[in-house]
Amino acid sequence: MAEKPRLKLPKEAKKGDIIEIKTLIPHIMESGQRKDKDGKTIPRKIINKFTAEFNGKPVFSATIEPAVAANPYLQFTAKVEESGTFKFSWTDDDGTVTTAEEQITVA
Amino acid sequence: MRKLTRRAALAVGASGVALTVVGWGSDARAAAKEAADEVAKFTGGKTAEQGKISIELPEIAENGNTVPLTVSVNAPMTADNYVSDVLVVSEGNPNPGMITFHFTPLSGKAEAQTRIRLAATQNIVVVAKTSGGQFYIGQKQVKVTIGGCGG
Repeated sequence: MAEKPRLKLPKEAKKGDIIEIKTLIPHIMESGQRKDKDGKTIPRKIINKFTAEFNGKPVFSATIEPAVAANPYLQFTAKVEESGTFKFSWTDDDGTVTTAEEQITVA
Repeated sequence: MRKLTRRAALAVGASGVALTVVGWGSDARAAAKEAADEVAKFTGGKTAEQGKISIELPEIAENGNTVPLTVSVNAPMTADNYVSDVLVVSEGNPNPGMITFHFTPLSGKAEAQTRIRLAATQNIVVVAKTSGGQFYIGQKQVKVTIGGCGG
C-alpha cells in the first residue's frame, strides 16, 4: 500500500492569504462490513487519521471512520503568514504512517 | 484505467447487496438513535443551536460508494474564538461515525471536503464545536440509488 499520496496546493501566496489544499492517498479503505466468497468478514483496514502541519504548527486534521470512501480525499484551507513547509501524514490501522511535504513561498 | 475496472467490480458487488441494504432500512430507527447518541457524546449533553452550518451533498447519489461532501461553518476563525471540531454523523450507515474534522486558527476557514460512503437514503448530521464551547447543528437528506457499504 505504499503508493504515493497526491497533493495540490499553490507554490506561492501573499501574506495572509487563505489557500486551498487538496490531498488524496491511494488506499482500499476496507470497511470491515464486506464479506468474502465464503461469507467470512473481511477485516477492517483503513486510514484512520490525517494531519496537516505548517512549520510544525497544526493546521487541520481529521479522525476518519470506514464511512470515508476508498482513496481518501481531503480538501481544506490554510492561512499563511510566512514561507515554510507543509507536512502531511496518514495513519493506517496497521500503524503505518505515510508522510509528505510541500514548500510554499509567501511574499 | 485500473480505477474504472475497480469501480465496475464494486458496482457488480453492490447490486448483489441490494437485499442487505433493504434489511438495514428496517433498522433505520435504531440507526437514528445511534446517531443521536454519537452527537450527545460529542456535545457532552449540551444543546446544539440550529444554523451556521452548510452541508453540500448531491440531492441524489447514484452510487453510494463515493459521494462528495462539503461542510462549512459560518463562524469566526480568530486565535481566541474558532471552530475547533466538526463531527459528521450518518443516520443510515452500519456505524454512525463518519469523519471528524479538527480545525485551528491556522485553518483560516472552517471548511472541508471529502468523499463518503452511504449505505442507503438517509440524513447526514453535522455538529460543530467552537473553542468557546458553543455547539451548532445542521442536517441534510441524501437519496442513494445503490448503497456503498460492501457486502
